[in-house]
Amino acid sequence: MNAKTAKILLKGNEVMCEAAVRAGCKFFAGYPITPQNEVPEYMSWRLLQAGGVFVQAESEIAAINMVFGAAATGFRCMTSSSSPGISLKQEGISYITAAELPCVIANVQRGGPGLGNIRAAQGDYFQAVKGGGHGDYRLIVLAPSTMQELYSLTMNAFDYADHYRNPVMILTDGILGQMVEPIVPQEYQPLFDPAPKDYILDGCQGRKPRIVKTLHLQPAEALVEVNRRLVAKYARISGELKLSEEFLTDDAHLVVSGYGITAQIAKGAVLQARDKGLKVGLIRPITVWPFPEEPYLKAAKTAEKFLVVEMSNGQMVEDVRLAEQCRRPVEFFGVGGGWYPTIEEVLKRIEDHYPA
Amino acid sequence: MQTGTEIETRIVIAGFGGQGVVLAGNLLAQACVEEGKNVTMMVAYGAEMRGGTANSTVVISGGTIYSPVVTRPTIAVVMNTPSLEKFEPLVTAGGLIVGNGSMMHRGVQREDLKSVTIPATEIAHRLGNVRVANVVILGALIATADLLKLKSMERAIEILMAQKKAALVALNLEALRAGFAECRR
Repeated sequence: MNAKTAKILLKGNEVMCEAAVRAGCKFFAGYPITPQNEVPEYMSWRLLQAGGVFVQAESEIAAINMVFGAAATGFRCMTSSSSPGISLKQEGISYITAAELPCVIANVQRGGPGLGNIRAAQGDYFQAVKGGGHGDYRLIVLAPSTMQELYSLTMNAFDYADHYRNPVMILTDGILGQMVEPIVPQEYQPLFDPAPKDYILDGCQGRKPRIVKTLHLQPAEALVEVNRRLVAKYARISGELKLSEEFLTDDAHLVVSGYGITAQIAKGAVLQARDKGLKVGLIRPITVWPFPEEPYLKAAKTAEKFLVVEMSNGQMVEDVRLAEQCRRPVEFFGVGGGWYPTIEEVLKRIEDHYPA
Repeated sequence: MQTGTEIETRIVIAGFGGQGVVLAGNLLAQACVEEGKNVTMMVAYGAEMRGGTANSTVVISGGTIYSPVVTRPTIAVVMNTPSLEKFEPLVTAGGLIVGNGSMMHRGVQREDLKSVTIPATEIAHRLGNVRVANVVILGALIATADLLKLKSMERAIEILMAQKKAALVALNLEALRAGFAECRR
């Protein structure tokens, strides 16, 4: 078998790590929590092979702040956790966005609220895309729906982070994290020409010292200027980086939507609905921030209804309504707390909501 | 389930924690990779531990697999009575149950599906290690279901055990062949 196309069998969490290492991640700090434990476990040996540094931190808060420091030195760096642990990281995430430093944060979502449970869920969408920490900031949020995409998007995440000097979140869940599937471990291909990192702290001999800071007291307008700069950056990202997949939408009367593993399950239901002669399509956001409005607005011209499926009580459904500007009814199917959709159930909802 | 023209095989492997249902799932998945089949394996993770119940699910298809979540398996491999009781009602009509008779208080009752029961734990004990009962029963599965070649399972054992469990490769190969032979006698 050709070594470049040979498939390897890994858990989703390990797929993410392998992609991170091959994309040049050199620092990882994390703290155990199910269902993401394979991430620090894999990184603890694999990152060392690649000449990187692995730290099992004393807490999630310590881990994100270690990543803050590592990012300031210019090395590609990453942390991961699952829902309650990601909540703990929010202060650090806000600081890193303020300092405009690149890093990758993975959230392998589990059931909530509270300590919740350890089953997969998608209840952290609002936290990820609307800002779970304080202040006006945005994360680039990627939502892979298959193992192979988890691999490629993790590589891309490091490129987006460096390119926009912004943290990137990989929003997965306990199913994607725990699934074992063969993937083709493609070689890392950078998306952008590497720009010089003229902001990093790497020793100031022969040049003026640099300061990385998030506190701006004087003059009074300094923080307003920082915010204006961030707004401009987020507008640029919104203009350049809205990724989505449209599947059988051209003639669809009903358009299903979801992200992550839910979208993959929904796709199976869409195909079964097609087998039954129902004209059903699917829109899947790949970036959930920036949210790809355009495919929804386009579909609203021809489709009569939308059906959003999430492993939550309904969060992305609000962005779908904003995207299609309330031109068509948007139905919702889902609940949080560790409920998993099946192809059969989604198919039944498609049939229930299919326009007469 | 049928999407397009591809038919999926959905297997659940269930037993007590410690009976090796996770390794069995990984071995099946690796064998699929050897044959170029698409496969998704998932462990019902939770508070499972040695002595509790555990199961792993394996979905195999020539086409794209859309859901790793299995509610109605086409094949159940059950290592003990609680697993039989839990999964016998869920197997689709015309499906298959492969049971470990050594740890089952009763046989398969449904008549609308195929069933095979072998004393996997006793066979494993005879081979010198009861912990290979999971691989014995995989041999029975391969012999009974038109799913994967014995050779692919042998390769899977060699690949997955090469690093940390190299000393156990020979024993597991023997276990696989013993389970296979039990159904082909």
